[in-house]
Amino acid sequence: MIDEDFTKSLLQKHSYLTQQDSVDWVTFECVPEKLLSFVESLRDTEGFEILVDLTAIDHGEGADFRYSTVIHLYSLVQRGYLRIHSTCTDNDKPEMPSVSSIYPAANWHERETFDMFGIHFSDHPNLKRILMWDEYPHFPLRKDFPLAGIDTPLPADDVVEVTQASVEPAPMMGGPFVSSNSGSMSDSEPRAKDESWTEKKEKPV
Amino acid sequence: MGFACFKRLVRNKHMHMTASDVAYNGKVEGDVVVTRADAVINWIRQHSVWPMPMGLACCAIELMASAASRYDISRFGMEVMRFSPRQSDCMIVAGTVTYKMAEVVRRIYDQMGDPKWVVAMGACASTGGMYRSYSVMQGVDNIVPVDVYVSGCPPRPEALLDAMMKLQDKIGNESSVRNLRKTSAGAVK
Amino acid sequence: MSTTKEISIGDIGSRGAEASSKLDGDKMALNVGPSHPTTHGVLRLIMELDGDLIEKCEPVLGYLHRGDEKIAENMTYNQFVPYTDRLDYLAPLANNVAYALTVEKLTNIDIPPRCQAIRVLVCEMARISSHLLGMGVFGMDAGAWTPFMYTFTEREKLYTLFEELTGARFTTSYTRIGGVARDIPDGWLGRVESFVDQLPKAIAEVEKLLTRNRIFLDRTEGIGEISKEDALAYGLTGPNLRACGIDLDLRKDKPYSGYEQYEFDVPIGTRGDCYDRYLVRIEEVLQSIRIIKQVIKDFPTGAWYAEDAKKIFAPPKEKVLTSMEELIQNFMIVTEGPQIPAGEVYFEAENPKGALGFYIVSKGGGVPYRMKIRAPSFCNLSILEKLAPGHFLSDITVILGSLDFVMGECDR
Repeated sequence: MIDEDFTKSLLQKHSYLTQQDSVDWVTFECVPEKLLSFVESLRDTEGFEILVDLTAIDHGEGADFRYSTVIHLYSLVQRGYLRIHSTCTDNDKPEMPSVSSIYPAANWHERETFDMFGIHFSDHPNLKRILMWDEYPHFPLRKDFPLAGIDTPLPADDVVEVTQASVEPAPMMGGPFVSSNSGSMSDSEPRAKDESWTEKKEKPV
Repeated sequence: MGFACFKRLVRNKHMHMTASDVAYNGKVEGDVVVTRADAVINWIRQHSVWPMPMGLACCAIELMASAASRYDISRFGMEVMRFSPRQSDCMIVAGTVTYKMAEVVRRIYDQMGDPKWVVAMGACASTGGMYRSYSVMQGVDNIVPVDVYVSGCPPRPEALLDAMMKLQDKIGNESSVRNLRKTSAGAVK
Repeated sequence: MSTTKEISIGDIGSRGAEASSKLDGDKMALNVGPSHPTTHGVLRLIMELDGDLIEKCEPVLGYLHRGDEKIAENMTYNQFVPYTDRLDYLAPLANNVAYALTVEKLTNIDIPPRCQAIRVLVCEMARISSHLLGMGVFGMDAGAWTPFMYTFTEREKLYTLFEELTGARFTTSYTRIGGVARDIPDGWLGRVESFVDQLPKAIAEVEKLLTRNRIFLDRTEGIGEISKEDALAYGLTGPNLRACGIDLDLRKDKPYSGYEQYEFDVPIGTRGDCYDRYLVRIEEVLQSIRIIKQVIKDFPTGAWYAEDAKKIFAPPKEKVLTSMEELIQNFMIVTEGPQIPAGEVYFEAENPKGALGFYIVSKGGGVPYRMKIRAPSFCNLSILEKLAPGHFLSDITVILGSLDFVMGECDR
């Protein structure tokens, strides 16, 4: 069982940990330098054999520490989850040690996190983009990247030559009607992100 | 159209038709049908459309359903799903075309032999649908010419069958002989 | 005069190794996909072959990356429900339920028993529909076309039931945060029951065609064996993990939505090969039938949505049109989204493909700050780099078929 005793013993064993409040699973904040040894000890001594998920959060451009990674582990012995947060100290060149040597499952998750957030995982065996194509210049899940996307050339030159296609921002007028997170009620109701085409204005040609 | 000509000939067979000696000869009566080349070619093409199932996403499941037991696309001569573009006439783009996939779709389209048709199945393939995002191409018509668009997310198999019948009508009205002289321009090597 | 020479066929694996030692020509690079019938969608494999033997296999993903996670950050919680349909589009109802359960975990609302029972019921029906397709297509990959037709006949019956319940064949968007979109229609439970009553017979037909079929056995037995250690290390879940002999079913371990009330067994494989994965799926269908029968037997009455969740669940239409309070409630939820407290939550549900997890960071309000979707197909496929080398090229088809992945969910 993952209970208070278990949490206390972990906190005692690993002095660099801090516990965080959480509504569901026990959550620790771990410094990046100790992440590898902590995760390894969890696997070898506490029975957390499965890395179920690894991802990152972008806390926004104004945040002191912009990026942090989140690891979820599952234990077959304890039948429960554990969550580990680690904060990247550098906002311009976010970096995190790779846990793929301990959990091979982390390999693809880390590639995805690199692809979407641009967090560099040191000592990763094959750190390249996994969902977007290799030449893609942006990191889509960063908060400053727009949902519609940014103009970019398509990867295949010969196809572009014939079709004149390119990666264009998706149209955001006339729907989808999305809600903003903040502001007054009239601002936060679902509306088209681009308002150059509404019921009051004609559809631009 | 071919049958209409034939019927007219049969109705008029007691009349003297000098011009018909070449095509319509009393000795081979009943074995010869006179019609336009377009009509014959289109009739053949119409009823043996071999689809190339470009199954990309959810719509591919409805595409499979239309080929399977209840909807049975073979009633229209289209059950011969060929995964090789060289052997197919009609590309059914079933699903979301992402920018990463766009290149592949175009290359496969170019590998298909002429004449070829494209059906954009579902909202995503037609316009990008509900995926207005950074990675989704807003309609497959940005890279390949589309003949029939099917609405729906996903379209029901009936809608796909309807689209295929519309495509048959379209094929039936083509000027196939004239098109033969045209070269296929704009292919990706 | 004639002489006879004995030829022993021997072990297939060692034959391949022997062949490779004799032929030391150049390696061949082979590209499979992204449009290829064995890849079940848009997976691309770049392989290095030595003769017929795979030496290296690199999967390339992302051909169906639609940006679901970014879209989620721009929508209210209920607006995202239709996008969950299109993750694992073979079992959309199970995705809907997993998503709703995740968000509800942040809120502390009590889901009434009737709603829970509906959710369990549709989850198990989704499991049947997904496994039926998995079995049919797996047969097709191994060279048998007929089972596909049988399983699709059953799937069509399921689709008719889904359509009656939700209005769509498989893009169902059935759950809402705090409940479901509508109550079950009259007489629907009876139709579900008569469907599950005749299903074992149809499964038996498919089994007759495949389970003891010599060709099928030769192609699947001992092929694509995954050891317990590898399965855990690569984070496999669902039937693929259980086929390796590991007893991990979240419906038993971490029961959600009232799964603890129902009696069912968790099938477990011994060898972890393609054949075991097939057997586990067949047995799971039969167990799902068991669960469905139990759910229908004591189907709870009462509310089918959380009535006290005034800021989360939009009331049914007839109330909105007749009462002022409900009208305002409906207006607030539609414009501002269900009001979810701040916090972070991770929840996994046992989906047909494996554990589908959602990780949601909320800063309060109607829109998630960050949503990560943990796709079982993504994790299950990551083992391919390890699994494929040492197999013949022709085995790749059955291995992919037995892993039973969906690219919509894998690429998101």
